[in-house]
Amino acid sequence: MEYINLFYVTAAVLFIFGLKRLSHPRTARSGNLIAAIGMLIAIVATLVGYAHLDFRLIIIGFIVGGLIGAIFAVKVEMTAMPQMVAIFNGFGGGASALVGMAEFYTKAAPAALQAHPSYYDLTTIVLSVFVGTLTFTGSFVAFGKLQGFITGKPVVFAGQKTLNAILALLLVGFAVGTVLVPANMMWYFLAVIILSAILGVTLVIPIGGADMPVVISLLNAYSGIAAAAAGFVLLNNGLIISGALVGASGLILTNIMCKGMNRSLTNVIFGAVGLEQEGAAGAQKQMNIKSYSTEEAAMILDAAEKVIFVPGYGLAVAQAQHAVREVADYLEGKGKTVMYAIHPVAGRMPGHMNVLLAEANVPYNQLKDLDEVNPEFEDCDVAVVLGANDVVNPAARHDKSSPIYGMPILNVDKARTVLINKRTMNPGFAGIPNELFGYDNSIMVFGDAKQTLQQLLKDLKEL
Amino acid sequence: MDMINILTVFILAIFVGFEVITKVPPTLHTPLMSGSNAISGISIVGAIIATHVSGTLGTWLGLIAVIFATINVVGGFMVTDRMLKMFKRR
Repeated sequence: MEYINLFYVTAAVLFIFGLKRLSHPRTARSGNLIAAIGMLIAIVATLVGYAHLDFRLIIIGFIVGGLIGAIFAVKVEMTAMPQMVAIFNGFGGGASALVGMAEFYTKAAPAALQAHPSYYDLTTIVLSVFVGTLTFTGSFVAFGKLQGFITGKPVVFAGQKTLNAILALLLVGFAVGTVLVPANMMWYFLAVIILSAILGVTLVIPIGGADMPVVISLLNAYSGIAAAAAGFVLLNNGLIISGALVGASGLILTNIMCKGMNRSLTNVIFGAVGLEQEGAAGAQKQMNIKSYSTEEAAMILDAAEKVIFVPGYGLAVAQAQHAVREVADYLEGKGKTVMYAIHPVAGRMPGHMNVLLAEANVPYNQLKDLDEVNPEFEDCDVAVVLGANDVVNPAARHDKSSPIYGMPILNVDKARTVLINKRTMNPGFAGIPNELFGYDNSIMVFGDAKQTLQQLLKDLKEL
Repeated sequence: MDMINILTVFILAIFVGFEVITKVPPTLHTPLMSGSNAISGISIVGAIIATHVSGTLGTWLGLIAVIFATINVVGGFMVTDRMLKMFKRR
């Protein structure tokens, strides 16, 4: 039995190597493969090293789970990647919770209860079940919101925070009860499961669509922590190391996303931005909006030398990633400088826009992040904003009353002309009016991003 | 393995994680997330071990755990590979 830990450490080393190689697009694919090999080693070592396994069940589980996972992975649209990751997170968390439950069943089920399980066993089991279950239900709510099954708007009601606080207190109470009061252990444990499940729902439901990158990163971290907790239950190094790696990765991403919005994690989780600011000072201001046709827009682009595209969630919704690449390629063919500006929280998950544009064959060296691209707007002729809103709102720089004040934004307004494509005049997800639309150098082209871009390309070619 | 040992491993692994992942560029954040997500499917090891739990309820828990974890592992690595295949330079 002892040698098996050697294989787990090997797997963990391969995970670390794999993650390291993920830091460059050239090596990333092999990094993912190395991590997958690590996983295979861990699985085979477990199958060989542990006695009394039920192979019939394991094979059924592999086939069913493998088929579902593979079908998901092959079929999913790149635009739907956020909900895909959310749901996989959920299954990972769920698996860890189930491991904890099964362990509780062996160690504490009335039939098996000759000796009282140790405090260590019970504490770690309760922790893994709590984090795992919370991840499971929270991820499914996030999935529902992203997929449109549940409204993407924050769901808030009076006393919501009080309710969450009561739930959390009850949860702590029952958790302590499970560990310390053997007589009612079963019932207390059941209460822990149910309360964790409810808390996962109530914590994610008030979070709006634009804040989803933070939530998904956080759930990613939780799924790692849940796996590590299951590792503590089973005294298994492999689970502990891998879980810690994933937990760290999720926390780093969460932090980057929060910085991208200039908000604290507590503010994202409890802030429910998007409702309370209705009718803020800026909303009453009259804006003078200039609506242009695609023909006029084509003429402006034709005269430009440097064009920067700024994609946002609207681009993903319209599936316009190929259309934008075609326009960009055409302009590049005409000798113009073309690049893409990617805000860290554009879209619904970290790196969402990068994946979409990669799918459309946009080379990754054309994708510039915030710090890299902001100086470029100064001598840019046309900035083309496609379905992005809050991340280009200049109010974030100067309007202290704006809910997004202080958020780092893409300075598109510094470009000579800002060409903004939107479906309608509705404010963005956060419900904040955007003064950029009324600027002297702003012009609007209304319509679905994909159709507008396709029409624009036609008009460009006819010039 | 005692508690202190296992805690040491856990804490050191977190530091390693921070060191390795801070270097990932924003372009690769989505694949990083789905790739690390697949790694969190390591709970498949726990799920496999859980199948030895005797009795009907324990058996069902083990089976569902294996299914969930396998979805996570297989789906996670495959979808990450599919994404990374698309990243090209010019």
